[in-house]
Parts: sequence; structure tokens; C-alpha cells
Amino acid sequence: MEFAFTQEQEMIRETAAAFLAEVSDSAAVRRAMTSEPGYEPALWERICGEMYWQAIHVPEKYGGMGLGYVELVAMMEQMGRYLLCSPFFSTVCLAGNALRVAGSKEQQAQWLGQLCEGRLTAALAFNGGSSRWDSGAITATWRRKGDSYVLNGGYRYVIDGHTAGLLIVAAREEGSSGEEGVTLFLLPAETTGVTRQWLPTMDQARKQAAVQLDDVSLGAEAVMGESGQGWKPLAKVIDLATIALAAEQVGGCQQLLDMTVAYTSERVQFNRTIASYQAVKHKAADMMLQTEVARSAIYYAACVAQEALEGGPLAGELSEAASVAKSYCSDAYFAIAGDALQLFGGVGFTWEYDVHLYLKRAKSSEHLLGNGAYHRERLACALLD
Amino acid sequence: MKLSFSPEDELFREEVANWLQDNLTGEFEKLKYRGGPGDEHMFPAERQVWEQKLAEGGWTCVGWPKEYGGRGCSIEQQVIFFEEYARAGAPGRVGHIGEGLAGPTIIAFGTEEQKRKYLPGIVAGTQLWCQGYSEPSAGSDLANVKTRARFDEGQGKWLINGQKVWTSLAHESDYCFAIARTDPESVAHKGLGFFLIAMDQPGIEVRPIEQITGTSEFNEVFFDDAQCDADDIVGAPGDGWKVAMGLLGFERGVSTLGQQMQFQNELDEVVRQARNNGAAKDPAIRQRIARAHAELKIMRYNSMRMLSGQSASDGTLQKEALIYKLYWATWHRSLGELAMDVLGPECEILEGAPYALSRLQSMYLFVRSDTIYGGTNQIQRNIIAERGLGMPREPKGTAK
Repeated sequence: MEFAFTQEQEMIRETAAAFLAEVSDSAAVRRAMTSEPGYEPALWERICGEMYWQAIHVPEKYGGMGLGYVELVAMMEQMGRYLLCSPFFSTVCLAGNALRVAGSKEQQAQWLGQLCEGRLTAALAFNGGSSRWDSGAITATWRRKGDSYVLNGGYRYVIDGHTAGLLIVAAREEGSSGEEGVTLFLLPAETTGVTRQWLPTMDQARKQAAVQLDDVSLGAEAVMGESGQGWKPLAKVIDLATIALAAEQVGGCQQLLDMTVAYTSERVQFNRTIASYQAVKHKAADMMLQTEVARSAIYYAACVAQEALEGGPLAGELSEAASVAKSYCSDAYFAIAGDALQLFGGVGFTWEYDVHLYLKRAKSSEHLLGNGAYHRERLACALLD
Repeated sequence: MKLSFSPEDELFREEVANWLQDNLTGEFEKLKYRGGPGDEHMFPAERQVWEQKLAEGGWTCVGWPKEYGGRGCSIEQQVIFFEEYARAGAPGRVGHIGEGLAGPTIIAFGTEEQKRKYLPGIVAGTQLWCQGYSEPSAGSDLANVKTRARFDEGQGKWLINGQKVWTSLAHESDYCFAIARTDPESVAHKGLGFFLIAMDQPGIEVRPIEQITGTSEFNEVFFDDAQCDADDIVGAPGDGWKVAMGLLGFERGVSTLGQQMQFQNELDEVVRQARNNGAAKDPAIRQRIARAHAELKIMRYNSMRMLSGQSASDGTLQKEALIYKLYWATWHRSLGELAMDVLGPECEILEGAPYALSRLQSMYLFVRSDTIYGGTNQIQRNIIAERGLGMPREPKGTAK
């Protein structure tokens, strides 16, 4: 048992932090977030070309780096810390994981290869507009027509859905409900019948879209895995992405804590730095506690995710680990953001200071892929029913 | 990062589990799940017999080096031992203060003679220890020790005068390790000595403190010219604070995993009650049980981080270790409240007069002490802010 980063993992984290400190400072985030795509293509090209992050946990046979989920989580933590505006989460953590979990060898070779080359970004769409991120959220439908499938319906909260080149969508067989009848499809974004619309969001640093499908016709080669049996793999993909998102939340917690300690150590009132007041110190101590606890949760979840992908005795814990991490990290991030804003006082309320960017991210990440209450209810079902 | 244990360690786990299964039977059956924090007053004599049974099997002081009678277990094996011990419902260790605190201090700072004199009794489970730190005026301000130690040249002994408080197991103990002021002119953490004091002598009086639970496991200990041999000071006079604080460095959190198994047993009991009385269908209760479950899981992961972390050369705690006390104490206190809210109005009804508490009732009341002893939540927050975040230290008050 060695529940700590290896030297190599430590290095990956530090390299990521140093790079992001340079390319994703406040000015860069504000530039990217006010554009409709939500990221600067030149920076994304640099990330794909120089850093190769988009290929981090893709197996080498598909052109990836072949690293593990622990490395991915370490990277997500840093991206959350610097609020990097990029299609990384949608492309790697959502669509990339969907290809890894549900794609055939041919599909993986074709699409993961393109993702790794940085030529393609991708998004995952399954939620028709529900606050519950389970099979009930899937409202789009498919039906057979000869050898092809006809898809209809809509999706909301599709991260980077308006810019992605490839969509992976979940739809259910007409008339089915629950976990039955769900199928995953590969859907190039330019396919006839696909309408995508950017949804402006409070958290401008991560873009969401609505996707509408009107009589979209797809061949059998677009189906991922077995038709009608898509819920199980999709549930796994959602759990994997949830863990990555929780890691991003931890990065945000850490940044808010650092910013708050720095600010309160400089701000003087009544001839003392406000950091010397116990009311401030105790709040900061609680922020550190929540940050460290959240970090313990995601490192464990990362190890579980790794085993869920590659095999191992902990693979069966995936859904629990995801819910434990996401419920704690969601609540911690928003609480810390609120406390940070309070401790910054008036300037924390301004557009100029960065606190609001994190407060807004905390709320958007909290609800994305299920908030604390949703994940606790998942845990409660397993414990109590 | 690697979470799994090696095959050798898994064999060790089997060995521990089998031994406990074979030996925690017969006369020891009634000790199961008893004698933990809040329940220390139960079966002290029987638990000492159990302690000696453990010693026969070589299961006391498992983390101590072999040369001092320990088992020389790796961190992983210690984790496994404490986990299996708690999983089996084996009783609260009546010897834990000797094994976890007195012994390691003597090993680190004691003379060869002190090691020969005291370690074998701890390993054998024949000699029990208590800790004399807190005093009526030295609570959070632990260094404000008033108890004095004066060396009497005529008798060639230290004479101890003063009072300690919150001394758990004092009435069952053979020895007490205590800090007392060797330099009467000194203040705060300077001028203290660390003493090993025999409890069975005329100069010591132990008075139990009746607690919120109606039971007593904490005591007041009065020293009135209590004697301590010249050889029974650890370190030099004036080094007492350094020795006492050195204890903190030994605790990397191995035993916390056993404590968490006890928490798990309690949470399981809460879940059982909730399923029995229908509270498990109440959405608000479901949320709270799930939260308790999730946070206990993370408590374990946090301990694993503590155990795997490099121990800093300057003895400072890493961040995940700094937050640990505040985290578990607050969690445990919430569990007590949850337990009562799961029971509903039935939580009021005692098992009998005058004040027989059920396990959950006792837990609910006793956990109020968790956020106070060993550094209150407020002191913990000061420590976290100052040592973990580098924020300014609290200003010192001026003496009246």
C-alpha cells in the first residue's frame, strides 16, 4: 500500500501547474470565457501539440500516452485550480472515456486516434433536462428503419456541445423506460438533422449547449456496443467523468484557499492584518480541512477509476467512490467559495477580482453530473434499501 | 499510488483474524464491543486478563521494535492488525496508554534502565499506565502546569505536589507519566520535567469524575508529596515539554484505522435502527446517513494518506494529519446527533433506572467530549491556521 503520488506523478502535476500558471492566468481566462467557443484554439493546439494532455490516459496502441487515471486526476486538479478554458473535460473525460468503455476496437482506433492527434474535440450528450443524472434523464429516442436508426429528441447541459466535432449521444428505444433500451451512438456533429445551440451560462468559463436531433439517420456502424444495452457502459462513463470533475473541484478549493490566505494576510484593518483575527483564521482552517478531505476522496476515487478501467479488486467500488467524492467535493467547493468571498469582503463582490469566477464554477460543477444530495441519495439507496 | 496490500500482508490479515476468532471466546465473549471510549468503565479487570491473553499470542505492542518485546510489524501490518481487531469487535484496549504513549516515549527518550524496568510490563499487559498532563488551569493552555516537582536530597527522590485532571484509567493504573514544574521560577513550557510515577503510594489520591453519562472513566489525581525515584525522570529536568511533545510525532495515525472500525460499528448500528423503525425512508435522514457514510469512508482514505506520507524531517505534521482530529471529532459528534434523530422520541427512553444508557445513548452523550479533549476544535483551528496556513499566531495574554 502506497497512497501517495509517485515521483513521476508528482512531476506531471508540477509541470501542469507551471504551464497553467503561465497560460491560464486571470487575463487569459477572461479572454477565453467571453468568446462563444469558450477557449482559445491556439492554446488548445499548444496543449495538444506540446503537452499531449488530450492523450494522457488513452492506451498507446491508439496513439495515447498510456498513463493512468491518477495522472488524469492530478491534471484535472490543476486545470480546476487555474480555471483552464479548454475542451479537455468534454473531449477526454466524457467522450474519451465513452470511447474507451463502450467503443469497439475499430471505433476506438478511428476516433481515439483523432482525439489524440488533437484534430478533433468531442462531447457526450445524454441528459434531456433532468437534475437526476441517471437513466431517467435520457429522453431522446431511437427506432429502427431498415438497417438504420432514426434518432429524435433533445439534450441540455452538453459541455462544449456547440464546438465539438464529434458527439456521442445516448438515446432510448421508443417506448422504453429506465435502464432498458438505451443505446450509445457516434454522431459526427455535421450530420443532417443535428441542431446545436450555445447556452450562455453564469459560469462563463465552461460552455454548455443544447443539442436537438430531428430524424437523424445513422447506420449500424454508429452504434457503440450492443444496441439497447448502453446504460451499463454509460453509467460507468458518467462515474469516471464524475471523479474527474470532483478533482477539478478540489483544484478550485485549493486556489480559493491560497487566494484567501494571501489576501487576508495583506489586508489591514484596525492596524492588524485581518489574517490575525481568530474569526478569519478559523474560517480558513475549515477551508483547509474541507480541501484536504476532498483531496483524500479524489485520490482514492482515482485509484478506483484506474482499476475500473484496467481491472483490479477495487473496480466494483466505482459508483460508490464517485458518489462519495462528488458529494463531498461539490459541497466543499461551494462552501469554500462562499467563505472566500466573505473573507475578501467588498472586493470579493466585484467583477475585477477572480473570486466570483470560482464561486460561479463551484455552483456549475456542483450541479453538473449530480449535486451532493443526488449522490448521497445514490449512496443511501445502496445502504438502506 | 497503490491501494492493495501485498499477498504476505493478506496472509498476515488472515493470521490476525483467525487468532481473534479462536481466542475471543468463552469468558471474553461478553467483552465484545465493550470498553471503548465512553465505555472504559466496563469490565476493566476482565479486559486486563484479555490484554494478557493478547500478550501470550504476541499481539500487544505490534508496532514496537522486536528488541523491546514488540512484534516489529510494518505500517501496513499495524493497519491490518487494528482493522481486524476492531472488525472482530474485540474490546477497548486497557493497555493502550502504555502501548501507544508511555512505551514509545520511553523507547525514544528513556534510559536503558527505564526501558528494562517499564517496557516488559507494558508488553505483558501486567502494568497499566495513565497520562498526567491536564490540570485545572492547564486545559487548552497545556503548558500552564502548576504541579511542582522538587528534588529532596535527603531522600534522594523527587517529591510531586499538585493536581492533574481528566486522567483516564487513573484508578486502574500502576503508573502515571506526568509533566511537573522542576524549576519553580519558570513559566509555560520551560522548566518542566517528565516523570514516571508509581500510582500505589500514600501521596496519591484518585477521585473519579462523574460525567455527563453518569459514569466515570476520567479522574482527578492529587499529588501530596508523592514520591518518584531519582532515576524516573525521562530526559533532564527542564526537558519535559520536549519529551511530552515528542509523543505527537509517534502517532502517524495507525491506531486511527482501528478507531474508524469502531465508528463503522456504530454507524452500522444506526443504519440497523433506521431500517427497523422506518427512519430509513425519511429523505432527510437518508441524506444524513449517506453523508455520515461518505465522510467515514473519506476518513479512512485520509488516514491512508497520513500513513503513506513522508514524515517531515522537522517532525511537523502534513496537512492531511493536521486536520485529522478536527475532522473525526466533528464527524463523531454529528453521528451521535444522527443516532438520536434516527431513534426519534424513543431515544429518550432508558434501558433502566437510575441511568442505564443504551450503546447509542451512551455514544451520543460521550461524543460531546471528542471535540474538547486532546485539543478542542477551537485549538485545532488555531493550529491548522498557524501551522498549516502560516497565518499569524494568537497574541499571548499578559499575566494578571
